[in-house]
Order: sequence, then C-alpha cells, then structure tokens
Amino acid sequence: MGTFVIEREMLWNAFSTTLSLAVVSGLAALVLGTVVAGLRVSPYRPLRLVATAYTEFLRNTPLTIVFFFFVFVTPSIGFAFDYRTAATVALTCYTSAFVAEAVRSGINSVAVGQAEAARSLGMSFRQNLLIVVLPQAFRTAIPPLISVLIALVKNTSVAGAFGVFELFAMSRRLTNVYSADVIAILLGVALFYLVICIPLGQLAGRLERKVAFAR
Amino acid sequence: MSSSGPVLYDVAGPEERARERRISIVLALLLVLLGGGLIALLARNGAFNDRWLVLVDVPTNFAGYETRHVWQAVFRGLLNTLTAAAIALPLAALLALVLVSLRSSSLAPVRWLVIAITEFFRGLPVVLVMFFGILVLPGATQLIAVVFGLTLYNAAVFAEILRAGIAALPKGQTEAAESLGMGSFLTYRDIQLPQAVRMMMPSLIAQGVVLVKDSSLGYIVGYAELLRSVSRVADALTNAQYLLPLLTVGAAVYIALNIGLSRLAVWVQRRSSFARRAPARVVGTPPMP
Repeated sequence: MGTFVIEREMLWNAFSTTLSLAVVSGLAALVLGTVVAGLRVSPYRPLRLVATAYTEFLRNTPLTIVFFFFVFVTPSIGFAFDYRTAATVALTCYTSAFVAEAVRSGINSVAVGQAEAARSLGMSFRQNLLIVVLPQAFRTAIPPLISVLIALVKNTSVAGAFGVFELFAMSRRLTNVYSADVIAILLGVALFYLVICIPLGQLAGRLERKVAFAR
Repeated sequence: MSSSGPVLYDVAGPEERARERRISIVLALLLVLLGGGLIALLARNGAFNDRWLVLVDVPTNFAGYETRHVWQAVFRGLLNTLTAAAIALPLAALLALVLVSLRSSSLAPVRWLVIAITEFFRGLPVVLVMFFGILVLPGATQLIAVVFGLTLYNAAVFAEILRAGIAALPKGQTEAAESLGMGSFLTYRDIQLPQAVRMMMPSLIAQGVVLVKDSSLGYIVGYAELLRSVSRVADALTNAQYLLPLLTVGAAVYIALNIGLSRLAVWVQRRSSFARRAPARVVGTPPMP
C-alpha cells in the first residue's frame, strides 16, 4: 500500500476521473434513457420503432465495440472527439439503453387501473405518462436503475483502455512502474471500486424490499 | 412488444385513428428526413467511399492481404470469442454451484467467506480481474486471463441468482423434505437446488449472454477476439478508414449472436412451467456487465 501513499496525487486524479465519468454519463443516460422509454410506449409507431431499434442495438453490442466506434472510427467519418468526451458519449449511449429497459419495465409494473383511471378522467397520453404513470414507474424502477448505475461504475474501467486516465489505466501504469508490488496495487484499486459498488448494491437491495412491502 | 402501450391512451375511434395516422406519417417523414440528412452528412465525410471494398475485394496492399484473409480474420476472431465463452461458462457454473452450496453451510465462518468472495468479485470490473490474471497467474496466456476474469465474475453472479432462487422457493418444499427424513444436504441437493436452477433458468441464460458480450473485454488485455482480430486487419492494411466496415461486421456478428441467445432465453422461459413462480427480479442482480 506504500505505493498509493507515494502516488496519492495520481490516485486522487484517477479516482475522481472514474467518479466524474460515472456521474456525468450516469445523469445523461438517465435523461436519454427515460426519453427513449417514453418513446417506446408512445402511440406513434415510427417513434416506437426507432426507440426499440435503439435499445435492442445497444443492449446487444459489447461496450468495447461502442468505445472503439467513438474513439477510432468516428474520426475517419469526420467526427473527432477527445478521449474524455468519446468515453462519456460511449458510456452514455450504452447505459441509456439499459436505463430505458429498466424504466420501461417500471412502466409495465404500474397497475393497469392507474392508467385507466387517468384516461377516464380525460387525461391525454402526455398527462397520463408524466403525471400518473412515470412517477410510480420510477419508484419500482429505482432498484434496477441502481444496478444499472453500479454496472456503469464498473464499465468506466473500459475507458481506461481508450485513453482516459482513470482507476484501471492507473493500475496499468502503477503495475508497470512498481512491478514488485503488483498484487497490493491491484487489490488497492479493487478496493476503490468496491467502495462505490458495494454500498450502492446494499442500497438497491434495501430499496427493493421497501418497494416490495409497499405494494 | 409495446405491452403497456394501449393502456396509456384510449383505443381510438375512426376520426382519432385517422389523425394518429396522419401524425405517424408526418413523424415517419421527419425521421426519414433526419436519417437522410445524417446519411448525406456521412456521405460528404466519405463514410460510403471505396473503403467498403475491404469486405468484398481488398485493394492491392503491401501486407499481401486478400479478401479471404479478411474474412478468415473475422471467423478466427469469432472462434476465439466463442472459445473463451465456452470454457468460462461451464467453469463459472461449476464454481457458482460450489459457492452456493457452501453458502448454506452450517458453519458461519464458511458462509461469511463465501459472501465476501461473491461480493468482492461482483463489485469489480471484469477487465480488472482479467488484468489481475495476466499479471499474477504464473504462465498465463491471454486466453487464460480472459477465462479467469469471466469465470470469477460470472460465478459470483450465478451464485447470487441461484441463492435468490433458493430463497424464493415455497417453504413447504423444505418442510416436506424434512418430514420425509431427508437431511439438510439431501434436501439441498435433491429438492432446493434442482428447483432453483429451473426457476432461475431465464436469468441464468440472460447472464450467459452477458458473459459472451463480456468476452469482448479480452480486447483490452490483448486477446485476439473478434474486435482485436478485425482491428488487426485494419492495422495490417495500414488504413484506419477500413475500421468502419470491419467494425460494422464485428458488431453485426455480436448482435446476431446475442439476439440468438436472448431468443433462446425467452423460449426457455415460455417453455418452463416454473417460470411463473420466479420473482420479477432477482435482488441485487445487475442486469448487465
């Protein structure tokens, strides 16, 4: 662990990069994913088709390919991003598909009577979705959404292989420099991921039980 | 599958339907325009130039690559991807069985150890575990490192799924077994585990799809899986332009593979009469890598 004390500045840089990657693309993915889920339950077929294609496409593509696309391929068709932006865009796109699925299953879990009651009051699709269904859907969707965010935190490690200096990239550099200390370094880096992921997982489990009781 | 669609809005009468159709047509036109604009923009940037020839008729090059070499690289990559997944899947299943069996041990320290191991590997990025494998395992090849990472992570997730399955079994099952005089081991082996496996089959297969998808992380530790394999072609031809068609092929292969496996999951779910009893979602099981 001595290595981390010596390299604490680098460690802090890497850890905050991991965190900010996760937070920025997490927020963006929440917004984008909710919009996509909304499109998927809309009355208009073209919108439903586009949203379905979007989620199915991204859910079945490995994250590495999405990264590869935004880092190496887009420059050759006239869109060059710097590494950090490319990583954020890739993580956002990939995660938004899973957010959309979680929100959609949340929408499906809202009792049919709720939407029917809203309709019988004369609410439009927009009112029905925004005022009645989505707020309830989010409550059920929160535990799966947290799981999606946990996965996102772990997925930021892929950015380390595509030019962003975060925890995984740092572990590569440190193990190169301090090759006698490999196991300690890797365990230390693991600890930083666990510090984020395990509490989030506990939170998801607790909320899930709460939601289950409330129904 | 817009199962919630019709609930959110009234089933329209003829006039409303006509209006909806008009709006749909306008929206479709807009989307087509948007898509057309994007394609035009890409075309202006040269996305549809002769780079696509790499897939059908490779231009003469110094590396001596011919078209069949390109496709050989694709299939070799696919084969490597499948190899890693095919080795890791049974290993992970086996390890998960061990973990979940030990978790119902009567010795508290054993249970704690198993919980610690599961939580540890579930909370780590798979790449990090692969990287650990490459650095720490003596004589590890890239394949071994990839299998190492995939196995440990997925064993932890499988174990968690099975545990949830056992927890969701009706209590009467265990009670009946005990009243028949079966010991706790027999009850576990013959009553709880088989039912949990069947009940959780859809989740297990879904996680299997994740495993196949995660094998692409081997790219990062230098394993010659599909993505690495096709990107090497572009390297050999020393032309980054070819990455677009090659990556398109790679992504298409992955998507076909994963959709096929997902279909299998749905089919199994329909077929299994036990699926009804499965809880809507497994507590704490992440739905993705």
